Amino acid sequence: MGLLSKKDANLILDPLADTNPITVQVLGICSALAITAQLKAAIVMALSVLFVVAMGNVVISLLRNIIPSKIRIIAQLVIAAALVIIVDQILKAYAYELSKTLAVFVGLIITNCIIMGRFEAFALGNGPWRSFLDGIGNAAGYGLILIVVGFFRELLGSGTLLGFKVLGDPIEKTGLYAIGYENNGFMLLPPMALIVVGIIIWIQRSRNRALIEEN
Amino acid sequence: MAINTDKNSYTILFAAIMVIVVGSVLSFVASAFNDKIQKNKRLEKQQNILYAMGINENEDEGSVNFVPTNKVADEFSKYIKQQLVIEGDKVTEDNEAYLIDIKKQETAAKSGAVRKLPLFIGEKEGKKFYIIPMYGKGLWDAIWGFISLDQDLVVQGVYFDHKGETPGLGANIKERFFMDDFEGENILNDSEFIGIKVTKGNNDPTNNTKNDNKVDALAGATITGNGVSAMIKESVNLYKGYLEKIKAKK
Repeated sequence: MGLLSKKDANLILDPLADTNPITVQVLGICSALAITAQLKAAIVMALSVLFVVAMGNVVISLLRNIIPSKIRIIAQLVIAAALVIIVDQILKAYAYELSKTLAVFVGLIITNCIIMGRFEAFALGNGPWRSFLDGIGNAAGYGLILIVVGFFRELLGSGTLLGFKVLGDPIEKTGLYAIGYENNGFMLLPPMALIVVGIIIWIQRSRNRALIEEN
Repeated sequence: MAINTDKNSYTILFAAIMVIVVGSVLSFVASAFNDKIQKNKRLEKQQNILYAMGINENEDEGSVNFVPTNKVADEFSKYIKQQLVIEGDKVTEDNEAYLIDIKKQETAAKSGAVRKLPLFIGEKEGKKFYIIPMYGKGLWDAIWGFISLDQDLVVQGVYFDHKGETPGLGANIKERFFMDDFEGENILNDSEFIGIKVTKGNNDPTNNTKNDNKVDALAGATITGNGVSAMIKESVNLYKGYLEKIKAKK
């Protein structure tokens, strides 16, 4: 990372693991459950959130000295909402099918706690460049989990990845299905996303014991 | 220059400017993408109409697969032979009839205007399909769809969609396992028009009887199901006069 100082690099790298918004801070869980049944939807959601958090962080950071503190939450909401509407319009124009799958969840990016969390906790107190990196880092941490969960749910639930039949054809009984493998329809339901996220949290905490809270 | 950001006048000024700036940015974005979004909506409508008459890429089981968007315009002009607009007794042909907003027509009809009713006549393998657009209310918001009938007024296929029914419950009206049940159902009882009822406990969950005017309901989605029944009945009823002529002509 020659481009970035170590401190700046950590803004991106920390949220990927040790301060991950989903597995450590447990924010943004609702959307993680809702849209991870397919890998494609998870990737688009991750990119949308990346855009909103990174851009929003920069805008908030630029305005941080002129936003009146009395209405700062409203100002943050307005900026997040405006960016979300832009994302929604872009999806409707260039990925209409997908925008129907994501439907209300794009709108609900506004209420994604990660966004308001980063605006309030970071962008209001830091410069635009650092805020940008922080936004990228947190959204990437969020997106990483989304994509991992989406990967397993689509693979085990539908036997496909990004729509490609990677395990063979369940109707023609080819590939894995020839030896009696069955798709697990349960993986497509939201509760399994919670269980997959739980397993990721478990693995992460057993590898990094510093994350385990003292009672 | 330090600004006193705590002053009320400043707060109000900031809020006002913020709203104006954000508002104009958003309206710029909306108008920039409008053409493309409208085009997507038109293609979607064509896909839905074709879906109802059985032109789709469905496999034996599983999910709904439309004709791909790059092919839909061609397929639409290939299979849809006529687009009619019915206004009272007057029937005219209009190649953009599929763009008629049936919700607006409904509102206009309430204030006394003659309602424009679009009807699409499709032809596949020598067989004629009469495709009727539908519009109604679900539990939370609008539901709509298309129903295709043959000359005997037997249902050949349906497509339903919704704005905001509960995912996993009412939203399932747009799933294959619900829509496929309508195929082959009669909307007539002998010769009387009664539509198709989405009902519970009709002792026919696998939907073997096609003459009972009933389709098995979705668990946990009673009101959406009733909405579908009402939508079919009300929407198709508007075309009653025209449909009777078709049936008589045969």
